[in-house]
Amino acid sequence: MSWTLKAEGLAKGFTLHLQGSIEIPVLRDAALEVSPGECVALSGPSGAGKSTLMRLLQGNYGADSGCILLRRPDGSVADLAGASPREVIALRRDTIGHVSQFLRVIPRVPAVEIVAEPLVARGISREEARARASALLHRLNLPERLHALPPATFSGGEQQRVNLARGFVADFPLMLLDEPTASLDAANRDVVIALIGEAKARGAALVGIFHDAEVRDRVADRVLEVAPLREAA
Amino acid sequence: MSDGPILSARDVSIAFGAVRAVDGVSLDLWPGEVLAVVGESGSGKSTLLRLLAGEARPDAGTVLYRDPSGATLDVHGMGEPARRRLARTEWGFVHQDPRDGLRLAVSAGGNVGERLMASGARHYGDIRTEAARWLERVEIPAARIDDAPRLFSGGMRQRLQIARTLVTRPRLVFMDEPTGGLDVSVQARLLDMIRALVADLGIAVILVTHDIAAARLLAHRLVVMRHGRVVEEGLTDRVLDDPRHPYTQLLVSSVLAA
Repeated sequence: MSWTLKAEGLAKGFTLHLQGSIEIPVLRDAALEVSPGECVALSGPSGAGKSTLMRLLQGNYGADSGCILLRRPDGSVADLAGASPREVIALRRDTIGHVSQFLRVIPRVPAVEIVAEPLVARGISREEARARASALLHRLNLPERLHALPPATFSGGEQQRVNLARGFVADFPLMLLDEPTASLDAANRDVVIALIGEAKARGAALVGIFHDAEVRDRVADRVLEVAPLREAA
Repeated sequence: MSDGPILSARDVSIAFGAVRAVDGVSLDLWPGEVLAVVGESGSGKSTLLRLLAGEARPDAGTVLYRDPSGATLDVHGMGEPARRRLARTEWGFVHQDPRDGLRLAVSAGGNVGERLMASGARHYGDIRTEAARWLERVEIPAARIDDAPRLFSGGMRQRLQIARTLVTRPRLVFMDEPTGGLDVSVQARLLDMIRALVADLGIAVILVTHDIAAARLLAHRLVVMRHGRVVEEGLTDRVLDDPRHPYTQLLVSSVLAA
């Protein structure tokens, strides 16, 4: 079957204007192709550009050159690298799911609403979205009494499970996972491994950074080495 | 989000003496979209907002508004009566200082009901019921409906201004530093309220703010202004996390992480 994500010739660097306009090249000619049902693990030393590549794939960073082709649920293809802000927002609604290490907490919004939001954004009724969100939070062993609370005061592991539920609650064709098990105990780690397995089974393409070698070995079909660029003079 | 922009500005400029307060600004706002205009004091962002809302006339450039029927109206060419009619029906304006958007001697319920009446509502009972519903929505106790806002705290006044503005379900709302001058704890509550209301009602908003965190929370897109010009614009999280322009980098790096 054809790819879900196909990135080619990606380059990304940063110009730090406040530090004497120093140029920091991070990625050059990076390429990545992921098929439906496939999970690719990004590997490489710290600072090699794994997180930068993930941010490019999410549209959070803008690529200096190259293309990031994504196949939408309707089969059409979009180039995230050249997409307008409104197109990026639409792609994040229906195509790109994302689990980051850290939850950006919104004041006063309960955990269950944060998790339900991607479903509501797609037009699913609030009741159904909440029910699905709550079920997934239960599966990730987040106690019922926490569902109605804003996660600001949650522990790191609890916040991460809210984040995971938010990422997995909707069926995105592409899932980006940045250290999805970093602060989880063994039981919840197994739940995440199962969720990844189910996402693959339904045909999602996944790209992840997994520092936990055991998790990586269990979920990844392939490892892509991201090599550091040599420092520019 | 459909069809075309609800508001389009092209090459809008205004000078005050030798100062080019707004200098060739173009932007589009789409239905249901929240666009934040950020920049420091004196960047021209509040002046731009007044030009977009038709409250001041630019020296050059055009501002077009697309009404619900799809017709395109020239904000500065439609005449003052037509603009005022828009301002009290399809548009709303939230001022930084609630005293500019409220009548302090009129009851809270009257402030909300007055705008309903200005847009055509006539039945007293319906108006009072709707006003009470909106006070509840902005978390003002129903028991305060007959109190005048001069007795309210700053945060409550600002919430009342939000209720007064949104009660007619405008399609387009201009907000000028809506959280400026409020305590931080009060700001968070107000921001969350604006976020929820705007999303529920599908309102298009132009939000002028110097508060980067507020812009991140509320806005789909961001415009960065400096010296009257747009120096950078784009997807909110990309502009803030991957800023290109030296001034945007300065702005983002100057924010203290809590």
